[in-house]
Parts: sequence; structure tokens; C-alpha cells
Amino acid sequence: MIGYDLVIEEIPEKTKVLDLGCGDGVLLEMLQESKKVKGYGVEISEEGVSLCMEKGLYCYQADIDEGLTDYRKNSFDYVILNQTIQNTKRPDYVIKEVLRIGKKVIISFPNFGYFQTRLHLLCRGTMPVNDLLPYQWYDSPNIHLLTIKDMKIMAKEFNFKILKEWHFNLGQDKKSKITRVNPNLFAQYGFFVICQ
Amino acid sequence: MKTFNEIKTVGIVKTKFFTFADPPEEMILESGERLGPITLAYETYGTLNSEKNNAILIEHALSGSAHAAGRHHPDDKYPGWWDAYIGPGKAFDTDKYFVICSNVIGGCSGSTGPASINPFTGRTYALDFPMVTIKDMVNAQFHLVNHLGIKKLLAVAGGSMGGMQALQWSVSYPHMVNSCIAIATSAHLSAQGIAFNEVARQAIFNDPRWNGGNYGREVPAEGLSLARMIGHITYLSEKHMHEKFGRNFQEASKASRNINSEFTVESYLHYQGIKFVERFDANSYVYITRAIDYFDLQEDYGGTLANAFDNAEANYLVISFTTDWLYPSDSSKEIVKALRVSGKNVNYIDIVTDNGHDAFLLPAEILEKNISNFLKSEFARLGKNEEV
Repeated sequence: MIGYDLVIEEIPEKTKVLDLGCGDGVLLEMLQESKKVKGYGVEISEEGVSLCMEKGLYCYQADIDEGLTDYRKNSFDYVILNQTIQNTKRPDYVIKEVLRIGKKVIISFPNFGYFQTRLHLLCRGTMPVNDLLPYQWYDSPNIHLLTIKDMKIMAKEFNFKILKEWHFNLGQDKKSKITRVNPNLFAQYGFFVICQ
Repeated sequence: MKTFNEIKTVGIVKTKFFTFADPPEEMILESGERLGPITLAYETYGTLNSEKNNAILIEHALSGSAHAAGRHHPDDKYPGWWDAYIGPGKAFDTDKYFVICSNVIGGCSGSTGPASINPFTGRTYALDFPMVTIKDMVNAQFHLVNHLGIKKLLAVAGGSMGGMQALQWSVSYPHMVNSCIAIATSAHLSAQGIAFNEVARQAIFNDPRWNGGNYGREVPAEGLSLARMIGHITYLSEKHMHEKFGRNFQEASKASRNINSEFTVESYLHYQGIKFVERFDANSYVYITRAIDYFDLQEDYGGTLANAFDNAEANYLVISFTTDWLYPSDSSKEIVKALRVSGKNVNYIDIVTDNGHDAFLLPAEILEKNISNFLKSEFARLGKNEEV
């Protein structure tokens, strides 16, 4: 449910949306109910696809590292990469592709620059394990961790525009609280809206 | 042994027949040849509702028939070929939907095929039977659907060659197909698949009793059963075969082994071969495997598969099985990709199983659940008349 409220706030009504790594389809279902979007999902697991179909969503099983090239340019108003980009094998390729197939892209990820994460590495000298990154290094699906600053550098190098930054912390109530002051240090999660 | 799904059944069913295309109004085949009169054997389960929007057409595979569910007699040993999925409360829920299944033209289970009598000669067609294609099979079914008074099918569904027909339906009659379920299938069979079909045909051709297709009651049993044995190898995965039979011997102790003693897997294949001859016609096997070989949606649409679906109006559910090497997952992924490119609504799932190509026939909760959920959403959408 991380950042769902922000994604829903960002996406206008009746748009065409592709959710990459849509999991059980809860976000897409919420978007369909509250924003009447035309929603599509891509999910790597059999269980995820089955759960999406149970909700009446259109979803297909694929690895997003492979399955995006065939979409035509600007096929979607929004492409969502919510807590997904750090799991991909080729984030550079995925980001290029989503910028091509989506008019706008929402990209949100755990910020490795968050001070508690930094402190963990500095003080303990081991890979950080916390609420944001709840895995040991050897079983973590997060194979391409990044910071908010990394994404900004990438925007310059890959020549894409940042339209919005809503970096946030998760409150006790699981609601997102936007962090304005030095987000690369104080925000648990990065949240960007980008476009080509 | 009763499967988990066999308790709920459509009960005793009867095959019906529909004849059309009486000369001079024969049906024109893809080859340009004319065929008529044509009889289609079909069965129906459940009730057509007053809106006539709950009809589902089931398509059978190479060796299937119109008998998809229930039993013809209370003491029938086996139910219809897709009984695990068709019945009250099952995936194709006959409490909600009106399910139709017909035997393909070229078949030998009641529909017009090479074993039927040619009205012009008074003898069986044999090889005078015209070449029929998947498209022709679908065109024939169109007449049946019309006859049943159905303007639009809630779904067309099938596995293997049945999946090819389902895809063809959505392309040939876009306005008549609300949704399409294509399982363990392909837009065009692989060279490997064609190769196995050819070996099977050669087994039939090389049986002296085949006699250029002109056999009477002395059917080419050896050839046809060998063809079926080859087929059966391709339906199972290596792992499934190993788990089912291992290296077990039928009986013999080590000392008494000779060139005639059998591994269990051999007697299984022999049994399948012999059983098949009782219910299937060798010439039908030749014609239908040819129809499968020639099916190529991509070629039909200028070499770009996505173009085939441009006019289709259906929503799709595509399913493959991880250990199916006859219709491998990649052929389903190719279909899914083409559907996506042409902007169609598509669900796709690659089901993890050891059962190989056979998986589409065997009872499995995951297959049942996904078909059932898909149909439920598609049926609900009809009411709301909503785009996704």
C-alpha cells in the first residue's frame, strides 16, 4: 500500500494507466473505482495475475525487463512504477521504455539515502535492513537500490523532465507525508512524476 | 476414480445434429471447393437466457468430439472430454451459461468428414474429401451458432487446436465474439509440431491397410495406433512421464527380460493407441493434422500477427503451461504480444505444472479459477456495457 494515496491523487479521471509490477492489483482496483481509469497490469507472479483477474482487471504475466518493447509510443497516459524499479535487472532500459510508452510516468522507490539507512551502513558496516528494506542482502529482490539524488542525476543524463517531486515518509496511519526539507536525507521514499 | 470436479455434473446428455449447406447452396471452403450438405454433431449444456447473451462455444482439439461434458449413458466409463471444466458450479458454469460444443468438419464423431458418405458417389469420401482448414471449421460453426439463434457469443474457448479455432473466431467474426479463451495454443504450429504430425501421418500412410485412404472395415489400425502413440509422447512432459511411469517394468523379473518385455510407459502407449482406433478414423486424423499444420494467422495477415487482431472486438484470456513443449509458452507470449500491440484487453497466465500439453485437459484449480473469474468479469461487463 506504500504511496498508493499519492498515486491516486496524481492520476486524473478516465485516463489510461499501466501499472508495472501491479502485484495483487489493489492499486489498479482503487484507481478504477475512484478515478474510473482504464487500468492494465503487468505482474511477474502467477498468484498476482490470478488475484488481478479475480478483481476483474486485465493483467498479463511478464517480466517487465523484457515485455515493454512491443507497445506503441504514448500508449498510456500514465505508467506506474511503484516500488518496482529497484527490482528490475535493467532499470536504464525500463526507464527509457516507460518514457516512450507513457505520456507521464510515476516512479516511486525506497530512498537509499534516508538517514537511518545511511546510519545503519556507517555504524554497523552491514547492508541496511529496516522497514524500507526488509531483506537480507542475499535474499533481497532489491538489486538496483538508488537515492533520490541518483534519480535527479539520471534525469540529466538520460534527458527526461521531472514534473513533480512528492518524496514522502509513511505515517503511523500508513498515509504518506510529503517531506520538503532535504528529502534525500529525510524522506523514506522517493516519488517522481517524469516525462520525456 | 472421480476427480474433485466430477461430482457436479451436467448428467446424461445427448448428441444433436444440424445439417445445412444442401446443394446447390454448399459452403465454399477456403480452398474454393464446395462442401455440402454438411452435418455438425453438437451438444449443449445449460440454458440460453432470454437476452441470449450467455452462450459459450467450446472448441475441441485434434482428437476431441462434441461430447465435452456429462455422460451419454449412466454406465459410461468416462464423461465428456472437458467434464472437469463444464458443469454446474464449474469454470464453464452451466447454471449460468449456455455451453455449446460441436465436432469439427473433417472430424469423425458425427460431423461431416472423410468417413461420411459422399452424396455424389454414394461411397465414403475418403481422400475425395476436400481440404478443410481451421477457418473452414469456424465458418461451419458459424452456421450452427446462427441456427441456435445466437447473435453474439459470450465466449469462445478451447485448448490446442481448439485454441486456434477460438482465435480464428475472434478474427473471422469480430462482432460475434465478446471474449476469447485460448489455452495451450499457437498462432502457427512450430516446425517441431509439424514434424510430429508428419511422422504420425506417415505411420498411417505406411500401413498397407490404409490403401490410399480407401479402406472399408479393415481400418489401418496399426498405423493409426502408432500415430496416436507418437501424439501421446508429445502431450506429456519429460518429468510427468517419468513420475507416471519411471523405469517400471510391466511384469517381468530381470532374468526373464527379452526384446518383447515392456516398460510400463510402453504398455501405456500401446493401450492408448489401441483404444484410439476404436473411436477415430485414420483419414480424419490426416485431414485434421493438416488443418493444424496449415493454420497461420500471421501469414494470413501479411506477416504481422498484430494485424490479424486489428478488427477483433474480443477481450482475451491466454493461458500456457510451463512444461508444454508442443505448444510452448513462447507461442502464447507471441499471441499476447500481438494482442497488446493492437490494443486489445488481454489477460495472460503461464501456469506452473509438470503435466505438459495435457494440462489443459486435466483438472487443476488454478485453471478452473482463472477461467471462472474471467467469464464472471466478462459477463458482468456485458450488463454494464462498459469499456474497461
